[in-house]
Amino acid sequence: MLEGMLIGLQTALSLKMILVVIGGCLIGTFIGMLPGLGPMSIIAIMIPVAISMGDPSAALILLAGVYYGAIFGGSTSSILLNAPGVAGTVATSFDGYPMTQQGKAGKALTIAAIASFCGGTIGAILLMIFAPMLSSVALLFHSAEYFALMVVGLSAIAAFAGTGQVAKAIMMTTLGLIMATVGEGALFNLPRFTMGIMDLQSGFGFITLAMAMFALPEALFLVLKPREMKDSGSGDIKDMRITRAEAWAIAPVIGRQSLQGFFIGVLPGAGATIASFLGYAVERNIATKEEQDQFGKGSIKGLAAPETANNAACTGSFVPLLTLGIPGSGTTAILLGALIALNVTPGPRLMIDEPQIFWAVIISMYIGNLVLLVLNLPLIPYIAKVLMVPRNYLIPFILFFTLMGAYIGQNNATELLILVGFGICATALKFADYPLAPLLIGFILGGMLEDNFSRSMQLYDGIAFIWERPMTMGLLVIAAILIVLPSYRARRARINQAGVADGD
Amino acid sequence: MALDRWIALILLGICLAYGYAAWFTMDAGLAPFMQRNPIWPSTFPKALSVLGAGAALVTLFGLEKSNVKMGDIDYRRLHEYKLGQAIALLALMVIYALTLRPFGFLVATSGFLIIGAFILGERKLHVMIPVGVIAAFSVWYLVSQVLEIYMRPLPGFLLGLGG
Repeated sequence: MLEGMLIGLQTALSLKMILVVIGGCLIGTFIGMLPGLGPMSIIAIMIPVAISMGDPSAALILLAGVYYGAIFGGSTSSILLNAPGVAGTVATSFDGYPMTQQGKAGKALTIAAIASFCGGTIGAILLMIFAPMLSSVALLFHSAEYFALMVVGLSAIAAFAGTGQVAKAIMMTTLGLIMATVGEGALFNLPRFTMGIMDLQSGFGFITLAMAMFALPEALFLVLKPREMKDSGSGDIKDMRITRAEAWAIAPVIGRQSLQGFFIGVLPGAGATIASFLGYAVERNIATKEEQDQFGKGSIKGLAAPETANNAACTGSFVPLLTLGIPGSGTTAILLGALIALNVTPGPRLMIDEPQIFWAVIISMYIGNLVLLVLNLPLIPYIAKVLMVPRNYLIPFILFFTLMGAYIGQNNATELLILVGFGICATALKFADYPLAPLLIGFILGGMLEDNFSRSMQLYDGIAFIWERPMTMGLLVIAAILIVLPSYRARRARINQAGVADGD
Repeated sequence: MALDRWIALILLGICLAYGYAAWFTMDAGLAPFMQRNPIWPSTFPKALSVLGAGAALVTLFGLEKSNVKMGDIDYRRLHEYKLGQAIALLALMVIYALTLRPFGFLVATSGFLIIGAFILGERKLHVMIPVGVIAAFSVWYLVSQVLEIYMRPLPGFLLGLGG
């Protein structure tokens, strides 16, 4: 591990990489602050830039920096405007915005930054401990287990989609898998489902799809329903210091939520949003009676909890990505797509074959968190000015960058038409409350899922691998339980509640 | 019928068409040596079509009870939102895609940014035009000079490419 860290330090501490981290964090904070643009859109927009850098370590470091920056920017707009830019920071606004209303915006931002920093840093330490362990287990896996593992990952994403959403999430995952089969697969050298259209020969472009699923619908929602922009209050961010007593009060919260957030982040499908809400709820429940009354009215604990948890969860979500090559969230799915475009296959062999990438990413997490604390925090009053940019200018630019992201990658104007078409479909799906991240995750995992499935079929001359390999069987049983459990629990809850008025 | 069930119906149609291709038409041209393989190009799609159709049916018949919750936007009151602007912007994106090559990057992009702001209700031409042109030029400069990805800046006839 020490050797790996040294390699990582060597890669990540070059001037170029430090500039990349700083640039990524600043860009992420800038855009993440804009209400309505989530980290997935920002990362998708940044992918062509990252890919054109050519160096996988630099690309991943840039995108990871953008990711943390976006989460940080999202909490800033939650605190200042009560307009979270990112779902993972909604819980931040519960106590962050009341603090702003009380004129304590500076203090709230500082607490958020410190909590984010600690959550991210502790998460990175845990990542450093757990990723190599998981990786060495994963090295024992054969293609049959990989197939089963991906099925577990996809099922978990569906299972965490929420009550009544499981079928929709499975539907979206399957649609993503179906879209992945379009074009010429590596395994058969045979075009499938192209309907004779030349442009589909190489399949759908993943960046185009990512843009169409996230950036375009988000921008269209901004057009359809302009958010009322109240005075951002960015002029009166002052007194960013916190007292010693406050630091002592939030320290245990940060400790607990770093751990809890990290492990929630590791689970596929859970991610920063669930981690932040759960973190908030847990801290409220274990707080003393007087402190509980403060929650929702500007409690510093209520602010520190979701901020720590969402950053720790972001770091945690890198565990399945880096060790198994399985993304647990939309954001890590986009990162996986970017890595594949750079000819890097994340998985247990990553740590052995290309340790510099793995360790450079981890080291860059520390640097990224440090950058957010020492550089972004003091700059926040200035960065917050971006919230003043009139919507009339902002939206055409967002749309333009969406188009550019799809165009630069392919240099093909047809991609832009596909982007608009899919964007309209995605907006309709979003209206009907279909989750979009599973579609993208399914699309990105589709090729690998089919490859591993085919390889096991060939090895065992049929589907016998399912029952002849106990680990495969076990994983598939877990997947089935994950799918069935939410509806079973919902049904039981309904039976228990029969006769009781709807509570929620 | 609510929108999500209409969409489930459409998705069911997609899965059935996809499944039809996978189950009945795809294997026709399969080479004899491949037919002895335990796995065919259609094997995985066959499984997907069944799974997709099943999930679509569950949503279509509302077998899975869900709490109806509204997102940011209630589609049933879509006309109350700025639908016209959204459609106009989508049309503008299509026009941009079609004009990007013939008109060149700088012209198409400046036009897109200026008209986009205009659609959203901006009328200050003395701000819009410089912003659009400067932004188009800086993005072109970054992409073509820094990232070294070629994008034709101006219409072909101005660059002597003959259209």
